[in-house]
Amino acid sequence: MPQYALELCDLSRHFQLKNGVFSAPTTLKAVDGVSLRIPPGETLGLVGESGCGKSTLAKMILGLLSPTDGSVLVNDQVISNGNRFALAKQLQPIFQDPYSSLNPRKTIRQIISLPLQLHKVGDKRSQQASVKQMSDLVGLPERLLDQYPGQLSGGQRQRVAIARALILKPSILVCDEPTSALDVSVQAQILNLLMDLKQELGLTYLFISHNLGVVEHLVDRVAVMYRGKLVEQGTREDIFRNAQHPYTQALLSSVLTPEPSLGLPELLDDSAWANAS
Amino acid sequence: MSQTLSNSTSSSPVSALSGPEASGLPVVPEWRRALNKFLGHRGLFIGSVILGFIVLAAIFAPWLAPHDPYVQNISQRMIPPIWHEKGTWEHILGTDKLGRDYLSRLLYGARISLTIGLTAALISGVIGTTLGVLAGYFGGRTDAVISYIITTRLALPVLLVALAMAALVGGSLEMVIILLGLLLWDRFAVVARSTTQQLRDAEFIASAKVLGASTSYILIRELLPNILSALIVVITLEMAHAILLEATLSFLGLGVQPPLPSWGLMVSEGKAYMFFQPWVIAIPGITLMILVLAINLVGDGLRDMNAPEGRN
Repeated sequence: MPQYALELCDLSRHFQLKNGVFSAPTTLKAVDGVSLRIPPGETLGLVGESGCGKSTLAKMILGLLSPTDGSVLVNDQVISNGNRFALAKQLQPIFQDPYSSLNPRKTIRQIISLPLQLHKVGDKRSQQASVKQMSDLVGLPERLLDQYPGQLSGGQRQRVAIARALILKPSILVCDEPTSALDVSVQAQILNLLMDLKQELGLTYLFISHNLGVVEHLVDRVAVMYRGKLVEQGTREDIFRNAQHPYTQALLSSVLTPEPSLGLPELLDDSAWANAS
Repeated sequence: MSQTLSNSTSSSPVSALSGPEASGLPVVPEWRRALNKFLGHRGLFIGSVILGFIVLAAIFAPWLAPHDPYVQNISQRMIPPIWHEKGTWEHILGTDKLGRDYLSRLLYGARISLTIGLTAALISGVIGTTLGVLAGYFGGRTDAVISYIITTRLALPVLLVALAMAALVGGSLEMVIILLGLLLWDRFAVVARSTTQQLRDAEFIASAKVLGASTSYILIRELLPNILSALIVVITLEMAHAILLEATLSFLGLGVQPPLPSWGLMVSEGKAYMFFQPWVIAIPGITLMILVLAINLVGDGLRDMNAPEGRN
């Protein structure tokens, strides 16, 4: 058993922005010195406003972007380009938009079995068996397996994406806003499915979201990101009941309540947390 | 929040089962829907029928042709076609100045036009798609270099280059095919590049990358099928383009060489007689026009078929 399923050491990603031919490029620190540890079996929620670097962080963990500085450790192994192929069996993503994450020209069966083919797991027959088993597990009716993604609803597509992510039996899932493209009733089904799978398969989740309601429902620990930095992390109770950092307090107070008579939340003064970071 | 979440759990299996069958409507099979769409598109239907006839005529030319297209017969020169008062059933479309049967030459000429159109379009398709996909996928410096090559190519007038090359190397069927193949790839490159740019950052590409798929796998198996429909439309356009260019080159005497029965060459050979026997150039000219029109109708139709529902 590794000590940490996922460990980020001082991870940074800077972008050079060119403003024009004559002016000097400015540096955008999308992710700036983030350190994070997720023990096996834990669900960590990463929250923050749009553009705070959550998705850049996810891309670095998945190896889609190389970090400017720092390193990512998966099950205590440092990720480099050389062992990326092997790491696909330990770490898999679930993307935000199920309308763009499935190749529209492939059948559901081809999509779910692709990881097995790429990693040459078993023969044709055993691959088909595990596709069927996996689609049962995520609640995908078998008759949909020979359809194309365009014929499926958003929730069904996200189930396909989950099946594809799980078929190599990874221990860690990186969920980058897995429900934000779905409507509310379907969101709940997908979230419950993710939680059931965690119980059943003992998965570790990095759950990236801007939806605090979802995060509160699901996660064990919360990390709050603001302007590329991690400003606060703690257990769910710590963050939701007793937030220390002014940005976290502002973020929590901005959540819309389901009760219409309460009106819109009052925002805290901007300067309070801008100075603190 | 947590209350709503746990309530909706029970509805999960229900919604997973609701599909086309649940609505009670009869299920229309996929091929039947595609066939209806095909028959419903008049341009595509007419174009395919004409193109189909020409392709069949080209394939079965040796069995359909009443005479050998190369055999000359000086005593049978310039016989007019059957609708003319001096026409005979022996030579339905008449004979040319060397007494060769016009219908037979027309049928064999279809082979040359279609061969040139198809192979030149395929050669340029391979070149243009490769360049366009690489430029669109990798971007940055690769894109800059390939875009420069595309611009350079667009700055060259095709006909002038083709004429110069044909004059240097000499005209022949193979030369025309290679020349047109090397010149007509620009539209493929532009279309492949822009469609690839649209898909490059799609999450299904990212997902294949995370799975450890090689770049060639991603480009060929994940990306290419998604841009193919746009490229098929370009293939039809370039086929028509290549056929017309071949006719032009042959007309100018720098393309396919006699005695091969190219349609452009037939027009060229007949131009001395066109004021007195206009059918000598009208027959190959009209056939050429019909073939190009049919190919363009098919191309337009394919584009409409691939367009999202309800858009023309």
